[in-house]
Amino acid sequence: MKYIIAIFFTIIFALQLSAQDATEILEKVDDNMNSETSITKSDMIIYGRRNSRTVTSVGYAEGKNKSFSEYLAPAREKGTKMLKLEDNLWIYSPSTDRTIQLSGHMLKQSVMGSDLSYEDMMENRKLTEMYDSEVIGEELIDGRNTWVLQLTAKVVDASYESRKIWVDTERYVPLREELFAKSGQLLKKTELKEVKKIDGRWYPTKMNYKDMLKDGKGTDFVVLEIEFDTEIPAYIFSKAALKK
Amino acid sequence: MKIAFKLAFKNLIGAGLRTWLNVAVLAFCFIVIVFYNGFLNGWQNQGRQDAMDWEYGHGQLLHANYNPYDVFSIQNGHGNLSAEKTEDLSAVLVRQASVYPKGRMNPVLLKGISIDQKVIKLPIKLLAQSDVEFPVLIGKRMAETLKVKAGDQVLLRWRDKNGTYDAANITVEAIFESKVATIDNGQIWLGLDKLREMTGLTNEASYFIAHEAYQPTAIAGWEFQALSTLLKDFDAAVQAERIASVIIYSVLLALGLLAVFDTQVLSIFRRQKEIGTYIALGMTRNQVLKIFTIEGSMYSIFGGIAGIILGAPLFFYTLSQGINVGSEIEGMGVQFADVIYPTFGLTLLAGTFVILVFTATLVSFLPARKISKLNPVYALKGRIS
Repeated sequence: MKYIIAIFFTIIFALQLSAQDATEILEKVDDNMNSETSITKSDMIIYGRRNSRTVTSVGYAEGKNKSFSEYLAPAREKGTKMLKLEDNLWIYSPSTDRTIQLSGHMLKQSVMGSDLSYEDMMENRKLTEMYDSEVIGEELIDGRNTWVLQLTAKVVDASYESRKIWVDTERYVPLREELFAKSGQLLKKTELKEVKKIDGRWYPTKMNYKDMLKDGKGTDFVVLEIEFDTEIPAYIFSKAALKK
Repeated sequence: MKIAFKLAFKNLIGAGLRTWLNVAVLAFCFIVIVFYNGFLNGWQNQGRQDAMDWEYGHGQLLHANYNPYDVFSIQNGHGNLSAEKTEDLSAVLVRQASVYPKGRMNPVLLKGISIDQKVIKLPIKLLAQSDVEFPVLIGKRMAETLKVKAGDQVLLRWRDKNGTYDAANITVEAIFESKVATIDNGQIWLGLDKLREMTGLTNEASYFIAHEAYQPTAIAGWEFQALSTLLKDFDAAVQAERIASVIIYSVLLALGLLAVFDTQVLSIFRRQKEIGTYIALGMTRNQVLKIFTIEGSMYSIFGGIAGIILGAPLFFYTLSQGINVGSEIEGMGVQFADVIYPTFGLTLLAGTFVILVFTATLVSFLPARKISKLNPVYALKGRIS
């Protein structure tokens, strides 16, 4: 009987520890991946059926609620700007000299033909706010030991009912993420590679986003330059900056 | 008057080939006008009937936020109505989704309608016999777009009422064929209860289709659109086609009438002595004018009669067999059945006949007016002053 009680309490304790650990891991991941501010120059490589194209942009971000990006290349996209403030997203197109606000179904559209939707960029909440998490195992990815975290939505309006995240056990950087529908169908997969230490934090500089329901190689996101916690003038996050 | 008709008739018959050429031209005009108008009438009648049978029923009650022409209104354009208010109405719920046939993403509209509905011809009841979890019904055009056939499975991704993604394999239970492209293109039909269960939108509907017995009453948050309103765009498209066709008829008729006009001018020039004789024998100038005008209008009477006789086989044939316009013109944005059955009403035949006679009389009268100013002495000498 003593053994049974001991095993019972051990299991309960282990489960609590696992949940607590998973939350802590997620918080550390959130802390590592998010900064007060960031300025990123990046290439987005969109793979089509026959060819691929690269879109270069510079992005400014303050927390999770404010971001501004300007497309630098190719010539067709050059000058296009995007501003996100809380739940609002505006796009400025230089060819029409017009700013439009994206809402509703427009947010479901793909960003520049990539595997990313505008909506994917609109999520403001931290993972810990939206999901209950638990560590369900450990795996080796590209020679790095990772915890496998199972996330289950605790809010009703999460886009994805569940997620699976592989987190580097030393660097607290996610190396892989899978997003699932309510039915359990895998919808999207993200691979994060080439983790480098930048300004004292480990950060993946190459990411591949893949819509698992579609054919193709997905979309690569390559960080060319990144600065963390640099002061960004307030006017950048204003609608006036779109037309400048 | 009787003499005028007799003389005109004799003169026309005596003129031989010249008369029959004019009659042939006018008969051709008559056939073309009647045939094309009959085609437009048939298209309009068939289009309206098909739209009623397959899409609109006897009107639609739409949620105030739902606009079928605005995809952005779909997300919030739905609501529920109490059972007593939905008597004689069939609910339809519309949601957006994506299907992935062979890894290609296609945005689609999911439309849920009661499997027991009888208000439109959509064979949704076929889904009742299915034993798969997600049976759906699609149209022939949609099947061609997705490149699927009955029995195929396709992955569908949709969102529930809170915006959470869900995905499952749907099975194409049956493929229906309808002349109404707007219930087919880009749409997947499934049972209303199933769609409500998938999305969590219990008892919700985007719009209701009215049965014949439905009596529209004002319901807050909902707007009833009568059949005439729903068919406004279609009627406008037909009307635009009618206006375009009037230009073609006018040109054609102008050519026919030009022949009559020419004949009249020539006739008055060549028959001056005859005109002078009529006046010398005691006819007034107006009586002579009447003879020549009646002659001209008799071309059109003969033309109309010849048109009816010669056109009858064509009219009867197209009435029974229809006119195959093919499926190539489907992408024009207006509703077209593959085979159009024209409608040749008495109004159309009589109306065209009257227009033909009136215009021919007018162009006969214009050159004949010269007669009223004619000096009989000069006329007898063969000189028109």
